[in-house]
Amino acid sequence: MTDLTSILPTLVEQTGIMLGIVALSLAFGGIGGLVIGTGLYVTRQGGILQQGAVWWVLNVLVNTVRPIPFIILLAAVQPLGRIVVGTGIGTEYAIFAISLAATFGIARIVEQNLVSIPTGVIEAARATGASPWRIIRTVILPEALGPLVLGFTFAVIAIVDMSAVAGLVGGEGLGNWAVTYGYRQFDEVVTWSALIVVVIVVQLIQALGNWLARRIMRR
Amino acid sequence: MADHIVIDRVSKRFPPAKRGGAEIVAVDDVSLRIERGEVFGIIGYSGAGKSTLVRLINQLEPVSAGRITVDDVPISELRGKRLREQQTGIGMIFQRFNLLTSRTVAGNVAYPLEVVGVPRAERRRRVEELLEFVGLGGRADAYPEQLSGGQQQRVGIARALAANPQVLLADEATSALDPETTAEVLDLLGRINRELGVTIVVITHEMEVITRIADRVAVMDAGRVVESGTTYDVFTAPQTDTARRFVQTVVRALPEGDELAQLRAQHEGRFFTISFTDAGASEARVFGALARAGVDFHLVHGGVDDIQGRVYGLLTIAVRGDDDAIERALSKIGPGVTVEEQR
Repeated sequence: MTDLTSILPTLVEQTGIMLGIVALSLAFGGIGGLVIGTGLYVTRQGGILQQGAVWWVLNVLVNTVRPIPFIILLAAVQPLGRIVVGTGIGTEYAIFAISLAATFGIARIVEQNLVSIPTGVIEAARATGASPWRIIRTVILPEALGPLVLGFTFAVIAIVDMSAVAGLVGGEGLGNWAVTYGYRQFDEVVTWSALIVVVIVVQLIQALGNWLARRIMRR
Repeated sequence: MADHIVIDRVSKRFPPAKRGGAEIVAVDDVSLRIERGEVFGIIGYSGAGKSTLVRLINQLEPVSAGRITVDDVPISELRGKRLREQQTGIGMIFQRFNLLTSRTVAGNVAYPLEVVGVPRAERRRRVEELLEFVGLGGRADAYPEQLSGGQQQRVGIARALAANPQVLLADEATSALDPETTAEVLDLLGRINRELGVTIVVITHEMEVITRIADRVAVMDAGRVVESGTTYDVFTAPQTDTARRFVQTVVRALPEGDELAQLRAQHEGRFFTISFTDAGASEARVFGALARAGVDFHLVHGGVDDIQGRVYGLLTIAVRGDDDAIERALSKIGPGVTVEEQR
């Protein structure tokens, strides 16, 4: 049995790497998802920038990428990674692949939350002569902010899940560590300490998300 | 008075709901002229096209045919930035208030000011002034859900007035409010019309709203304007069935059919219906003439209504007594009153 104190420095280091992967993937995927999700919402039938062709392309793109199991996507987009981040392996490439998957997952979450905004509020803003871009910034996104925060919280946890597979392409992080040193070396202390840390991290993220959303929605 | 809003042979068609279905004609060849400074009412059942029509005035929806000018500007032909500039001059209030839940009362009222680019300090001053005007001074930092329906509509009104519009469109603005709050909001709209000179277009299915504030009214049915005129004329002498049915919900109608039979069972004597407008007549003259002739009578149906501050009476009375005495009494009532026997 491994002594817990001897693995503690590695555990902390790998947790840090995982959090780094999650934070960067959330940033890139969050921005990408917000743009595509909002794009889907405003270009759909009856949207403030109704554009059938744009909506169709975005919709097909999201529907194509989203169902691909992440482990397959991770392997498949290596050529694209080499173009965008200059490499098809390692932590950096893993962040690229996770951001890509997160973009399309978050896009749907964003779209679903925006659809629930009462159309009357947007109509009232249009009646004041506000431009579509202003309405997106000052009405659509602020009005949906509470549910969006909850949706993003849901996405972060999915990203934590995806980050565990980074080891497949030579990326580091808690998941890789648990597989390499825990699973493959039959070291249950490593596996279980990684698991417990992940559970704690997820709990904290969820609590933070809930707290933030409640504050925004004032209830 | 000059025309403020001219709606000229305007139609609005929507694509069919189902593939291969029929096109929906929401507004069908409507022409109306709305004068500067008046309160113009549009009534009709739900689905009559009135809400669509009002959305054509500020171009929330483009017209399918025809032309709309506001202040001689052909708003129905504008697009993009030029259209948005014109829209800032037309305020709108809604049945469900449509306030931004992410903003405070002050933030909601400031919204149109941000759109037109009023600087922050000036914005704050104007918001304060507007909230004072609608009677919500001190509630600037509240959020919409902390306010009652009537208060929320006041915020909606303050927001609609923020950019100093010359036109205010009210789309069923009191339909979600109780009668007392409705009266308060209507008083406020009246003040806006009188004190600020704003032309108001009121869409409603509540006839009390029309009789209270509208100078003129148009009746819509199946996308068309079937009747229009001064509120008093339309309500005291409706020309179409649609208008008559509406009017009967507020102006007391003549008893008919079962109702009349029931009244006859309850009351003896001959039934007369007396109608009078505000041209100097009143029910007192009728009752006085009958009393002096010594005939026994009592009121069985109807009443006296107030339409835009003018009187309109429609009473049915049961009269018992000698036929000659009745005829003599009725002949002495004089002009301004119409008496008709119900047989």
